[in-house]
Amino acid sequence: MKPNALAEGVRPGRLDPSSLAEGFCDVHPPLTPHEAAVAADRCYFCHDAPCIAACPTEIDIPLFIRQIATGTPEAAAKTIFEQNILGGMCARVCPVETLCEQACVRETAEHEPVEIGRLQRYATDTLMAADVHPFERAAATGKRIAVVGAGPAGLACAHRLAMKGHDVVIYDAREKPGGLNEYGIAAYKTVDGFAEREVAWLLQIGGIRLEQGRALGRDVTLEELRADHDAVFLGTGLGAVNALGLDGEDRDGVEDAVDFIAELRQAEDLAALPIGRDVVVIGGGMTAVDAAVQAKLLGALNVTMVYRRGRDRMNASRKEQDHATTRGVRIVTNAVPVAVHGNGAVREVEFEFVEDDLTPTGERFRLTADQVFKAIGQRLDGAALPATERGKIAVTDAGRTSVDGVWAGGDCAAGGDDLTVTAVAEGRDAAEDIHAALTR
Amino acid sequence: MANLATDFVGIKSPNPFWLASAPPTDKEYNVRRAFEAGWGGVVWKTLGLDPHIVNVNGPRYGAVWGPDRRLLGMNNIELITDRPLETNLEEIKAVKRDYPDRAMIVSLMVPCEEEPWAWILKKVEETGADGVELNFGCPHGMSERGMGSAVGQVPEYIEMVTRWCKANTRMPVIVKLTPNVADIRKPAAAAHAGGADAVSLINTVNSITGVDLDLFAPEPTIDGKGAHGGYCGPAVKPIALNMVAEIKRTAEIGRLPVSGIGGVTTWRDAAEFLALGAGNVQVCTAAMTYGFKVVEEMISGLSQYLDEKEMDSVRDLVGRAVPNVVDWQDLNLNYVTKARIDQDACIKCGRCFAACEDTSHQAITMSPDRVFEVNDAECVACNLCVNVCPVEDCITMVRLPAGETDPRTGAVVRDDYANWTTHPNNPAAKAAE
Ligand SMILES: Cc1cc2nc3c(=O)[nH]c(=O)nc-3n(C[C@H](O)[C@H](O)[C@H](O)COP(=O)(O)OP(=O)(O)OC[C@H]3O[C@@H](n4cnc5c(N)ncnc54)[C@H](O)[C@@H]3O)c2cc1C
Ligand SMILES: Cc1cc2nc3c(=O)[nH]c(=O)nc-3n(C[C@H](O)[C@H](O)[C@H](O)COP(=O)(O)O)c2cc1C
Ligand code: SF4
Repeated sequence: MKPNALAEGVRPGRLDPSSLAEGFCDVHPPLTPHEAAVAADRCYFCHDAPCIAACPTEIDIPLFIRQIATGTPEAAAKTIFEQNILGGMCARVCPVETLCEQACVRETAEHEPVEIGRLQRYATDTLMAADVHPFERAAATGKRIAVVGAGPAGLACAHRLAMKGHDVVIYDAREKPGGLNEYGIAAYKTVDGFAEREVAWLLQIGGIRLEQGRALGRDVTLEELRADHDAVFLGTGLGAVNALGLDGEDRDGVEDAVDFIAELRQAEDLAALPIGRDVVVIGGGMTAVDAAVQAKLLGALNVTMVYRRGRDRMNASRKEQDHATTRGVRIVTNAVPVAVHGNGAVREVEFEFVEDDLTPTGERFRLTADQVFKAIGQRLDGAALPATERGKIAVTDAGRTSVDGVWAGGDCAAGGDDLTVTAVAEGRDAAEDIHAALTR
Repeated sequence: MANLATDFVGIKSPNPFWLASAPPTDKEYNVRRAFEAGWGGVVWKTLGLDPHIVNVNGPRYGAVWGPDRRLLGMNNIELITDRPLETNLEEIKAVKRDYPDRAMIVSLMVPCEEEPWAWILKKVEETGADGVELNFGCPHGMSERGMGSAVGQVPEYIEMVTRWCKANTRMPVIVKLTPNVADIRKPAAAAHAGGADAVSLINTVNSITGVDLDLFAPEPTIDGKGAHGGYCGPAVKPIALNMVAEIKRTAEIGRLPVSGIGGVTTWRDAAEFLALGAGNVQVCTAAMTYGFKVVEEMISGLSQYLDEKEMDSVRDLVGRAVPNVVDWQDLNLNYVTKARIDQDACIKCGRCFAACEDTSHQAITMSPDRVFEVNDAECVACNLCVNVCPVEDCITMVRLPAGETDPRTGAVVRDDYANWTTHPNNPAAKAAE
């Protein structure tokens, strides 16, 4: 092991470039044609298939798999994109073990579902590699719609609206489009700049103008957007991060997991990215797992993920938990942080064990830490938004908010899981509703 | 996008995929749902005279499965429709009225006399159907009563009944042929002579799918006994393809339109029938196995294929393979190939070795570390290794270029064409001009 790997503190270059490259390569490498043929062959082409119902975008899974099986992955891709224009990203990031693959009848029969996610990637990769955009715009309607946020929800909404012939302007606060596809998803799930390529491919539909670096609330108000457009869609995600509310939370080395991940995703050179030797991640969701695993892959020696309830209550699926533990992350459950100790920089985090209902047990322990990532959830950021409900923008079925002419979807809107695929479904359905409202 | 619309003997349909006369088309409920699912047309389940026939009340299907219980072949002992004629006719009329753009063909089977044929044809005309199909193919039950394949196996009867039908209706007449004959060209020629507008083939093949080894009875077993049934599904496709090709490459009957039937399960199967000259295809078992929705894959696949081939319509594909179906004696004996194993793709299962070593030409070598290689000096290019290899395209047949020596024969490969008719070993060889 390189001496750097054992050194204390938050420092770059813990691993040599080849170990980094190996760690951050594609977690689920693409299927070869032979593998795809074998995998597709297992689909039973079920009637009214349970996998379709389990997909938030309701992709016709049996049909696309049959299209792969019969040698037309391009047709399969079209079947996927008709329902989910970010089918390429979803194939990489969906927790399929809790969605389509969980519902697969072969999961029931053999505990071995058809590999729907990887087959979806096979099909979508095939068409995207040929740089074919399979849709055309309808005749121009002359309607203008503002979409706020270029994440999965905003992109799906914009694409569907553009397809219907409307003109769309996307306002996004960040430098690059893609939302968490670009800044959040674990690096090993979307390698080789896929998020960026996917956005470029999606924009081939035409009729969508991107305005990056333009934030609602800072550069433009909702009232202005409403005045200048026929409809507004809000897909701003969850910009703010929950705090622990502990003494010492502001010590050096205590960071938001999402910021760490965003920095990692944008890093030109992973070897230059500083990481602690003893890393503690607080939280039990996808963000916590991704922060922990990626800290480990950057060369942290000890990574401990601490969650306040039991394993079965974690938001991260069992498969993701296993992914973390097989990468060497230790998972401690039923413990809450009570203090962050240190002198300037963090040295230790103190925890207390709790019952499942969070009743303190009085039993405490300390974990050595030179870096702490907080991953206990994100929340809505911003003021002057439509009415909210449990911290998110309240919506009726297809994303209608309390404000006339304003729709919302994705993480910022109430209801549905905070998943890429759910954001796509909500963006798409809102677009259909906007279209219906504007063409009535 | 290629245009899938077809015109088969004047009958138009939005795509070449029709449901064959069988349970999927035996009532209004099914046919409406089939049209909603996208099928281009249907051939209604065969109608007969009242009192309608009855079916067995025990199992009527037997099956042959591949690994993973994939249905490869099915047989049935079902007869023609077991519902009253009037009920069927009313339903046909109602469905055709609501789906004017879809093809509605009515399959018929009545006793071998002109009067009942004339009578039922009038009845069908009143429904507004687009055409009729004469079921001369059913190989079980009905044939015992002098109908179905009992007619289809006697060319004179086919010609006679076809002529009656042509004389008694203005609707196009399609004659459905049984494969249970020695030479399919004879019944096709008889249909042609009788004035048929087209033939459709194949109906089902005489079969017993299995024997229950406890009851010592064929399957499906009815109270300890079984009757032979009609075989269909993917297993019969090769038989059907050959029969279509035989008709299409025969001068006198080659122009007779053919509706291809037998094992069509994917767009590719359909494209093969079309390439061999079928003007459209009919499907039964695939729909019975996977539901009406399978047609979506057939439609998307065929249109993608036509686009890739830069063909604008189905018509551009029809018959494209017919000139390439020849007699054995016309095959080029100077075409020399050898098997080639792609070592990167090889998973080292050794099946090619077992096949070649035990049953062919000992042309594959196996090293102690399981590297399999072709010995050109023994390889006769039989293709067996290709067929048993589990990895597609791992073993391929590669042509030896002209000028190279075939190490098996010691002969230099030539790039000209020479067949058996001129081969020195052929006692009847004609001297090359
Ligand atoms: C670390 C992490 C890992 C994840 N991993 C997975 C995973 O593996 N699989 C999965 O399915 N889901 C995962 N998720 C969840 C998933 O990323 C989100 O559910 C999804 O991105 C939500 O999409 P969205 O479009 O609603 O919001 P976002 O992706 O958050 O996009 C919101 C966009 O709005 C912009 N924006 C915000 N505020 C403003 C403003 N005021 N003005 C203008 N623009 C604004 C932002 O710049 C951003 O581009 C993960 C989330 C995180 C944080
Ligand atoms: C259960 C069953 C019933 C059938 N009944 C008829 C029939 O009434 N009339 C007819 O012409 N063909 C009948 N057929 C034959 C089919 O129309 C078709 O010719 C045959 O099944 C081959 O096509 P396939 O391989 O797509 O199934 C029947 C087939 C099956 C399986
Ligand atoms: S398929 Fe339907 S009718 Fe046939 S045996 Fe099963 S339940 Fe009965």
